[in-house]
Amino acid sequence: MAEIVSLADAVGDLVPDGATVAMEGFTHLIPFAAGHEVIRQQKKDLMLARMTPDVIYDQLIGMGCARGLIFSWGGNPGVGSLHRFRDAVEHGHPRSLELEEHSHAGMAARYAAGASGLPFGVLRGYAGSDLLTHTRVARISCPFTGEELAAVPALTPDVTVIHAQQADRKGNVGMWGITGVQREAVLAARSSIVTVEEIVDALSVTGPNHVVLPTWTVTAVAHVPGGSHPSYSMGFTTRDNAFYTEWDVISRDRDTFSEWMREFVIETPDHAAYLDMISSRAHG
Amino acid sequence: MAEAEHDQTAFTPDEMMTVTAARGLRSGQVCFVGIGLPSEAANLARLSHAPDVVLIYESGTIGTRPEILPLSIGDGELAEKADLVVSVPEVFSYWLQGGRIDVGFLSAAQIDRYGNLNSTVIGSYDHPDVRLPGAGGAPEIASSAGEVIVMLRQNPRSFVDSVDFVTSVGFGRHGEGRVGNVGAGPTVVITDLGVLRPDPVTHELSLTAIHPGVSVDQAVTATGWDLVVGEPLEISEPPTAAELTILRGLKARTSEAHARSRA
Repeated sequence: MAEIVSLADAVGDLVPDGATVAMEGFTHLIPFAAGHEVIRQQKKDLMLARMTPDVIYDQLIGMGCARGLIFSWGGNPGVGSLHRFRDAVEHGHPRSLELEEHSHAGMAARYAAGASGLPFGVLRGYAGSDLLTHTRVARISCPFTGEELAAVPALTPDVTVIHAQQADRKGNVGMWGITGVQREAVLAARSSIVTVEEIVDALSVTGPNHVVLPTWTVTAVAHVPGGSHPSYSMGFTTRDNAFYTEWDVISRDRDTFSEWMREFVIETPDHAAYLDMISSRAHG
Repeated sequence: MAEAEHDQTAFTPDEMMTVTAARGLRSGQVCFVGIGLPSEAANLARLSHAPDVVLIYESGTIGTRPEILPLSIGDGELAEKADLVVSVPEVFSYWLQGGRIDVGFLSAAQIDRYGNLNSTVIGSYDHPDVRLPGAGGAPEIASSAGEVIVMLRQNPRSFVDSVDFVTSVGFGRHGEGRVGNVGAGPTVVITDLGVLRPDPVTHELSLTAIHPGVSVDQAVTATGWDLVVGEPLEISEPPTAAELTILRGLKARTSEAHARSRA
């Protein structure tokens, strides 16, 4: 059964230094508030996994929380590069990163294998790609047809962190819209944290692709309205496209980045205070 | 181009590229669309000559009909206007790997003479000069789609003799062909200067059409290998007034909507 707790307690209890942490969300429902709390608590040496490390991982990498990255596409969606990620890979600042790089199909197969309790996933992929010689992938033959396929190791995070629209008071979680690889990532992990827009008496089906994670598959639920900003939560918030564009400028320079992180994350007590700062920026 | 704003049929090189790429899609085809230039061309096709083209984005949005172009692959617009939304593991396994995609529509930072695409690094992998975002869905789209349309601007930095990293395979590092891959690979490469297609025997990309107002010399200079120029060389049909109106309307609606989301 999931416990309903504060985000600070959930991160304090379930994200130890050195852990393999997957914060998933495919453009939609990205758990930014939880990522900020990891930064506030100054977690270290994390192996970060995520199909699409975007601005939240740029922040974690730039703040020195990560020792490595398991991923398939690292950019600022619709804008361009992640400058803190590039600075780490190109110049080792603030520290170098151990990279384990896949394709989306490969990462999806890795999470699905983890959720299935299998040691590896199989896909028809990577053929002819130089990724073959730079990542954890093996060629195997189908025992029935002899076709050559790719095998990728299961991905089983110590903790998976996601944001969803709803939980009920028992900790059952409901989400809809673009749900990416979140169900697989939660089921593959040893523990999980879910931040939600609202806590309700009964889950409602209000959008396409409705997914339920029963309370007994989740470790902790925290009520964090607006917890996906600047990403969005369909039915609750819209994507702050302007922020993603501004991030390109903020993150380009090491000092501007550090100053922004201090002002908006380190010195804000929680996500509500962060959202106040963001909204005063919009109107300032 | 000074008279461009007065003459309805004057057009930019990017508009020529987008219109040419859109014409490559037919109604009824199922198309797996990358964000950016491919998304613009695929939606132009859907809003003009190919209303029943089925567009699928890797965020799991299937049969989507966005009224504005998405800024990111997971914009709410794509989910709201979709026939169905599925998980990311499902879109790659059942829909792409399952063989349901006719056309993959890709872009990249670099392409080489054998149609291999690089979106990973410029320079060496371990010590890159520029670290690019990486593969995303492209390797398996390039491998499993029935055929691949590639779209990117042509210059000596992007059109190189040999890519620094093969993220997504075309015809292999040495033009060996489609070994181990299901689909036909890149059948056409559309740029702001013209159209390239692979030679059926050597797999090398050669120039088969040039856009109006572009010289062969320009295309050759913009290419990092000895570009073979087809004979006869076609000249692309310029965009029609109708195509330009639809494309510009789409882009205007998109800018307006994205500006509104800032308010």
